[in-house]
Amino acid sequence: MRTFAFVLSIMAVMGLAFWAYSENYKTQHALGEVEDLRHEIGYLRETRAVLKAEWAYLNRPDRLRDLVGMNFQKLGLVPLSPQQFGRVEQIAYPQPEPEPEPDILNPVSVSAILPADTHIDTEELEP
Amino acid sequence: MSRVPLRPLARILEARRKGENPDAIERENIRLRHEEMRDRARQSAEGRLLVLGVLFFCGFALVGARMGLMAATVPEEPRSAVSTSEITAQRADIVDRNGKILATNLRTHSLYAQPPQMVDKLRAARELVRIFPDLDEEKLVEQFTGKRKFIWIKKVLSPEQQQQVHDIGEPGLMFGPREMRLYPNGALAAHILGGYGFGREGVYAAEVIGTAGVEKAFDDFLRDPAENGRPLELSLDLTIQAALEEILHGGMTLMNAKGAAGVLMDAMTGEVVAMASLPDFDPNDRPVPLTKGDASDSPLFNRAVQGVYELGSTFKIFAIAQAMELGLVGADTMVDADAPMKWGKFTIKEFRNHNYGPLLSVTDVIVKSSNVGTAKIALQIGKKRQQEFLAELGFFDPTPVELFEAPYAKPLTPKNWSDIHTITVSYGHGMSASPLHLAAAYATIVNGGTRVEPTLLKRAYRVPGKRVVSPETSAAARRMLREVVTRGTASFGEVRGYAVGGKTGTADKPRPRGGYYDDKVIATFASVFPAHDPKYVLIVTLDEPVETSGDKPRRTAGWTAVPVAAEIVRRTAPLLGLAPEIEPLAALELSGG
Repeated sequence: MRTFAFVLSIMAVMGLAFWAYSENYKTQHALGEVEDLRHEIGYLRETRAVLKAEWAYLNRPDRLRDLVGMNFQKLGLVPLSPQQFGRVEQIAYPQPEPEPEPDILNPVSVSAILPADTHIDTEELEP
Repeated sequence: MSRVPLRPLARILEARRKGENPDAIERENIRLRHEEMRDRARQSAEGRLLVLGVLFFCGFALVGARMGLMAATVPEEPRSAVSTSEITAQRADIVDRNGKILATNLRTHSLYAQPPQMVDKLRAARELVRIFPDLDEEKLVEQFTGKRKFIWIKKVLSPEQQQQVHDIGEPGLMFGPREMRLYPNGALAAHILGGYGFGREGVYAAEVIGTAGVEKAFDDFLRDPAENGRPLELSLDLTIQAALEEILHGGMTLMNAKGAAGVLMDAMTGEVVAMASLPDFDPNDRPVPLTKGDASDSPLFNRAVQGVYELGSTFKIFAIAQAMELGLVGADTMVDADAPMKWGKFTIKEFRNHNYGPLLSVTDVIVKSSNVGTAKIALQIGKKRQQEFLAELGFFDPTPVELFEAPYAKPLTPKNWSDIHTITVSYGHGMSASPLHLAAAYATIVNGGTRVEPTLLKRAYRVPGKRVVSPETSAAARRMLREVVTRGTASFGEVRGYAVGGKTGTADKPRPRGGYYDDKVIATFASVFPAHDPKYVLIVTLDEPVETSGDKPRRTAGWTAVPVAAEIVRRTAPLLGLAPEIEPLAALELSGG
């Protein structure tokens, strides 16, 4: 009995040791992954900062002004002027879309279109 | 273990036979036995001591080794710690009120050389000069062949330059990572942004520090890691700033001025929406300050903040507003304006020796810009009250605007304030202030009468300042300013739909050795729009303008600064989201006459 307990506990210790060993390696692996991801995030952030700077550089007022001048023939852009403001009242109220002509003009004839075996439950129809 | 008997029979018998005392044998044996016991006890005690000693030694050795190990290891960042903070640049961005970037960081590289590792020093120097024409080949060769082991060549490289240097293929030329500051809009808002430089430099990093403007004023904020890269939000609007600079530049060229300054300020909050000073510079390549001559001739000089000028008749509204606030006069009170006016040995004259008198209504004193009328009113106010009022408007202190240069731009006031100073200051002579001072003071007068302090930071809400004049006085002052444009000296300032009100000011420039120039002026137009519902205050100052379309050169603000200001209003008001409005009739009726 004592021998059996001995063997059992030794095996338990070995099993736990193996488990701890594998957990340790899994943790190391996960940490490595986190570090890689963080590097990637840092790199992407840097890239984003460069892109933002470039976007700001491309959108600088000087350049836009030159582009507007170069493309005046095509776009005809002019600086915003007071005349370009409008009031809501100056806009015509949109006309409602004309309603489509109904196919069936006489409501009574609707029942005639229904198939003969359609059962209309009048009880249900009533509110 | 066999015990030796104390009285061994054989020896006892033998001793008895010889007639000796057998007890001696017993004693002898007891002694031997005791000695033996003592030796054993000592041995075991020594053993225990040894074990204990070894244990202690091991313990101390362990502690010592651990201490040594901890002291010797390089600190390592914890890998497992969950960090929520971003990996950010070492210096935060600066953005305008709409979040558009005014200053940001870019990663580049610096170039340094390690001559001991260089293969062909002469060729490297030649090739470097080909890439960077500003380097001196002889000096480079001298440095490379000298005793130095480390030489900085360039602080910042562009990626193209880096590639070219790389292509030289010289192992002794090396790159270190660098963060540099980029101002993507070039010279736009250059005076506000300032510039940057490098502080402590190492191979792998260098401190980026601000050298002027908001970069220096907010250096601590921009570099504070606790702010986690939060950008600095300025009150500027990039679009408005660009429009202001463009028109100001055009106006400066058209009016043959040597410099110009413009300030556009929110009349309620004191936020500076746009502020420009021309000539300007590119903060990406900040010029070196002038070492000799007049600092104000350098493009680095911010005329809007650092430039203190006699701002001329624009000051008249302060005397009038104060007199109305004190109840001395009303808008329609007739005052003595008989020119020229004698005061001691001084004669106060009007522009071109006009005489608008003998009597002039207070409104017309402003509309016609009467020096004499203003002087008489100022004398009624008295010098003490005048000084207190100007101090309340902020004319005795540097502006609190958040620029590194601002605290050094203190207005120049007369040392001994006598009555003649009261007279001259009332129409803007004998006292110098910056255009930004003027903008804040005008905002204070027209916005309903509460003190405005200029700021370059975006304000989330308005903090009403101390009351300086009553809302009624403020409204009356605005009506007068409006009339200056509708029928006075600033008739070119009319912009349909925006009810511009303002006051012109033309002041002769003082000579460096005393006295005034005859043909050099500072022309200023201080305006508010819309006058019936004040939203913005605009100051335009031209340095030495001259308008030459007529027979004689014209230098007055009405001909120079006012048209420029009107164009600025025409362009920026729609961008500011102000729709043109028809002036309410009440304002016109009240101001009639």
